[in-house]
Amino acid sequence: MFEIVAKKQLSNQIWQLDIHAPLVAAKARPGQFVVVRAHDKGERIPLSISDFDSQAGHITLVVQAIGHSTTDLVSLEVGEKAADLLGPLGTPAEIDNFGTVVCVAGGVATAIIYPEARAFQQAGNKVITLLGARSADLFFYEDELRQCSDEVRYATEDGSRGKQGFVTELLQELIDAGEQIDRVVAIGPVPMMRAVCELTRPYQIKTVVSLNPIMVDGTGMCGACRVEVGGETRFCCTDGPEFDGHLVDFAALQNRSRQYQNLEEKIPHHHSNGGCAGQCQQ
Amino acid sequence: MSAVRRALSAQTGRAIMPTQDPNQRIHNFAEVNLGLTAEQAQREAGRCLQCKNPLCVQGCPVNVDIPGFLHWGAQGQWEGALEVILETNLFPGICGRVCPQEHQCEGRCILGRKGEPIAIGSLERFAADSGAQDSFFLDKSTLAGETGDGEKVAVIGSGPASMAAAAELARLGYRVEMFEALHETGGVLSYGIPEFRLPKSIVAREFANLAELGVKVHTNVLFGRTLDLEDLWAQDFKAVFVGAGAGLPRFLGIEGENLNGVFSANEFLTRVNLMGAHQFPEYETPITMGKKVVVVGGGNTAMDAARTARRLGAKVTVVYRRSLEEMPARAEEVRHAQEEGIHFTIRSNPVKVLGRDGWVSGVCCQRMELGDAGPDGRRRVTAVPDSFFDLPADTFIVAIGQSPNPILRQGLPELKFTDRGVIAVDDNYATSIPGVFAAGDITTGGATVISAMGGGRGAAQSIHRYLQGK
Repeated sequence: MFEIVAKKQLSNQIWQLDIHAPLVAAKARPGQFVVVRAHDKGERIPLSISDFDSQAGHITLVVQAIGHSTTDLVSLEVGEKAADLLGPLGTPAEIDNFGTVVCVAGGVATAIIYPEARAFQQAGNKVITLLGARSADLFFYEDELRQCSDEVRYATEDGSRGKQGFVTELLQELIDAGEQIDRVVAIGPVPMMRAVCELTRPYQIKTVVSLNPIMVDGTGMCGACRVEVGGETRFCCTDGPEFDGHLVDFAALQNRSRQYQNLEEKIPHHHSNGGCAGQCQQ
Repeated sequence: MSAVRRALSAQTGRAIMPTQDPNQRIHNFAEVNLGLTAEQAQREAGRCLQCKNPLCVQGCPVNVDIPGFLHWGAQGQWEGALEVILETNLFPGICGRVCPQEHQCEGRCILGRKGEPIAIGSLERFAADSGAQDSFFLDKSTLAGETGDGEKVAVIGSGPASMAAAAELARLGYRVEMFEALHETGGVLSYGIPEFRLPKSIVAREFANLAELGVKVHTNVLFGRTLDLEDLWAQDFKAVFVGAGAGLPRFLGIEGENLNGVFSANEFLTRVNLMGAHQFPEYETPITMGKKVVVVGGGNTAMDAARTARRLGAKVTVVYRRSLEEMPARAEEVRHAQEEGIHFTIRSNPVKVLGRDGWVSGVCCQRMELGDAGPDGRRRVTAVPDSFFDLPADTFIVAIGQSPNPILRQGLPELKFTDRGVIAVDDNYATSIPGVFAAGDITTGGATVISAMGGGRGAAQSIHRYLQGK
């Protein structure tokens, strides 16, 4: 169980791991995640499920190696095993025929939006995918997303691909062009999701975000992942990870996310190299 | 120990278990209680009056034959004593350490009316630990003649209720498979109760016994998400026991509760007990610990959190609504906490968490007044107007109880729950789904280890009757 069956580097920091986890693969739905522990002294870390193959009994995780735990995980080689893997966790994404769905993703979240975009397309929606990154070489899953989207647009900070700027500008362009948008799904760094929600709020476009707060057990037992949604405290692991973005208190989420920042640096062989590909600057 | 207490014990001779020195133990996680000496144990067992109508047995949720085991103990025959205990309780090493004996067996002991009751908990622990020295003893022949026909029974969760159910079912001849969501077994015994009160090696020993009985354990399986009831029936399980516990932490619902530095006791204890955060960075799970910690609550979990924080170097204050006497925690844990320098601010209730730059800076509390007893026998509390005061704090731990985990409900929508959110069961621990039984905190709300074990064992017997009658 939990053997790495395939491994591929997608960009400088981002790796794709296929892991043998037949029970998880059999039950996984778009929007769900797993909690993984790379080794016996490691942390339990939540990671979204990017793909699943119930026939083969494999799940796919796309991991950005930004901290010690994710670095530990991507350093596992094919044939090696993660110590533990629990899932699928969280409530599956709400997939229905809404009409036109705009999928917005930044950085590593491109891998998370992929199974959702595919499911939205299968449910009969027109799917427009907007991808943002620092520069052109950081995009991945392009073929996959083109196959399940009616249209894919790009934004880069350095202008090396598509529009120079942020994904929010792509979304604004769509709205300005009069595109009838029935739902937006935004996944990525907190500032990016927040910016998308602020953009869609005045247009009253339903906007769903997938939150990734600090978590420990992932089963509703510890309450570490609590988020404020519509003035209420909710547990991301059991109530989420997807919430109505117009109701999420992003400031509180961002504050809670930095609780362990100072401690991270105390771990030996820490491989921090720039974090979220500049997305956090948004 | 107070002078009065010392004099009393000299008079009655109640054996006092040696403990680690408080000044030393606040710097380590080793067990506080060191166990009775063989001489102490035999003499203490000999104090038992061997009552004809032993009230202690009635006070025990699983009715351990206490005079029976003390009879053997008084002769220094601890294997015989252990054998008697194991007839009704398969986990004496755990129960001897964590049961609230003062409210149960010892609370009913006739010697307690004039002097001090027999130290039944310490003796149960002694019997378990001395038996363990020559490979802990579990005799399948206790249930000789019973055959569960080797049919498969699933046990959901691996905490106290599930352990008791699994042991009983295995002894009845069933093939038991246990499903645990976390990566370690034991439920609350592993993530909740700290090493200094219940060493992991004791829990591991009990699981080794379960393995010897043929119980198969699957970790990393969350019932309701990884696996559901249909999967279990499809895998040819003939009955299911649900002992998933009450895991969802309650919060106070007050302003500032989501500031950084506010933990549920579950999170705080899980990070340390299960994930080894006190050994960070060797273990990679971190914990942000302040110098001044406020814990709210008066149960064992609150004491565990407070004493854990103390061991991480903090000055700790426990805030509790009622008085010390009314704390639901074991008396011994409250005493140990006091010895360890933990401060108690009683008849007080937090009303707001104060913050600075997104982090906890203090807790605003209000004085409380105790009124008459309510229908549950506990005295009502009312807030005293204009009696607010601030406690400085950089960490605030909420230990006010747990609710049943909602995942089970999401995974089993056809299962009947009560208004309180726990699984509805009849007198035979049967749920509204045929073949599915439940016991422990998932049916009662937060309770004790021993009552969960009693329920687990009772449910196993019901499952046996159900499967034999089929």
